[in-house]
Amino acid sequence: MRRILVGIKRVVDYSVRVRVKPDGTGVALDGVKMSINPFDEIALEEALRIKERGEADEVVAIAIGTDEAQQQLRTALAMGADRALLVKSEEAVDPLTAAQVFTAMAKAEDARMVIVGKQAIDDDANQTGQMLAALWDRPQATFASKVEIIGDMLRVTREVDAGLETLEVDLPAVITVDLRLNEPRYVKLPDIMKAKKKPLDIKSFADYGVAPTQRLKATHYAAPATRSKGIVVKDVAELVDALKKRGLV
Amino acid sequence: MSSKVLVVADHDGSKLNAGTARAVKAASTVPGAEVHVLVLAADGAAVATAAAELVGVSKVLVANRVENTHLMAAVLAPQVVEIAAGYTHVFGPSSSFGKDLMPRVAALLGVGQVSDLMSVEGTHLFKRPIYAGNAIITVEAPADQKVVVTVRTASFEAAATGGSAAIEAVSTSAALPSHTRFVGVQSAKSDRPDLQSASKVVSGGRALGSKEQFSLVFDLADQMGAAVGASRAAVDAGYAPNELQVGQTGKIIAPELYLAVGISGAIQHLTGIKDAKTIVAINKDPEAPIFEVADIALVADLFVAVPQLQAALKAG
Repeated sequence: MRRILVGIKRVVDYSVRVRVKPDGTGVALDGVKMSINPFDEIALEEALRIKERGEADEVVAIAIGTDEAQQQLRTALAMGADRALLVKSEEAVDPLTAAQVFTAMAKAEDARMVIVGKQAIDDDANQTGQMLAALWDRPQATFASKVEIIGDMLRVTREVDAGLETLEVDLPAVITVDLRLNEPRYVKLPDIMKAKKKPLDIKSFADYGVAPTQRLKATHYAAPATRSKGIVVKDVAELVDALKKRGLV
Repeated sequence: MSSKVLVVADHDGSKLNAGTARAVKAASTVPGAEVHVLVLAADGAAVATAAAELVGVSKVLVANRVENTHLMAAVLAPQVVEIAAGYTHVFGPSSSFGKDLMPRVAALLGVGQVSDLMSVEGTHLFKRPIYAGNAIITVEAPADQKVVVTVRTASFEAAATGGSAAIEAVSTSAALPSHTRFVGVQSAKSDRPDLQSASKVVSGGRALGSKEQFSLVFDLADQMGAAVGASRAAVDAGYAPNELQVGQTGKIIAPELYLAVGISGAIQHLTGIKDAKTIVAINKDPEAPIFEVADIALVADLFVAVPQLQAALKAG
């Protein structure tokens, strides 16, 4: 079975402007809109397209989180994933813990590919895929903007500082996806109904032999520094004067 | 215990990437740190010479191996882990190179990683942004483990040049995988300044309307000697190539002047520019969020204002 695992993280929706609690103990998350991490949606879309091209047999959505993360997994099933696995955790896990769980899953499921978002928009860590590849001792193709399967290998175009880099990696492999890989599909109502019948298994850390650990301890949260109010110029002549005064032109 | 920081150099085989000097500066702020730079290359002589000139560096290690001709994380990580044995901290810039490599290093070491370091508060205490910069978190790393860090380069000045560190060849015996192979890199070669290190940046947004009209941004940038940037919306629409994207998921920059043309200023974009010294915004929507951070704001149609600006600059 050519199986693809896709990491799905429940995060604060990208449109929410997150605020720090006044006492500095965290960010205020009560009642805010939650969604699938946007990069993970792109990861799932890519896996579904690979399967629809006949280049994979099964797509499994995997997550670590509270019971509420089932909502995001149900959305992933509605998009087209075949089944889902949720490792229950009341606390947010650090990227290395997530990578340990995903590595154990990749081995247990005999995965051909694991596709994840390049970063989650909550902690902005950009680590889990690379850590998974290291622990699994497999190739990593990060920041992918194009993925082709050629026999037992992948040809992946990556968005790097210099432009677009192309790598060939042997399967099994880890892919982390960038924004321009694809545009995720919208979920249709009948698919939501169908998704309710798809298997979603609840697992524990112990099932995968992982002891969750917070390696970095958060000691304080602060709001970012704000910029002082600027000036409004009425036309280009005033703009040029202002730039000259600051020695910028 | 004194700190020894190993900074992994980002380079293209002949030149040191500008982010490396900023990562060195960040490493120098670790209390009591001795800072070494590691150059992994096929022939790292030229890069090592440049690294040795960075003030704050006491030694440059060069690990020449033919497998390092193209810098690939899976190949480099085992070498970094081997050389990092005598160090308390391993730093790399938050460039695409560092973001790719450092978590692989951290996982092999069995430690967490501090991504996008903004400031060093102690040998094991650091600040970094989360939620697209909407919150700054202080994190404490375990004192008995190595600390792996990527440096948000916009938060640090580049280390000055003029130093003369010793250069030492090191060899590694780590077995390297052959499962990852370099095919090629495609970059829009240009004579324009590099976006990440330029002192001036002219950046365009969705309001440019087309790839053809985005040339207005390139023309103005050329006239000002500036690098070109773009919002995610402009890149997604195909007006500008991906390597010009500025913001949470693109490049984080800190130029002297950032001139935003037709950019509305989503929070994800603003997080990439908030360290710019002066932000100038031209936008016809007076309610655009970019004006909340702009030092100089001009509410105007860019297709009128930019040609006027070009004429005024030409006239001197």
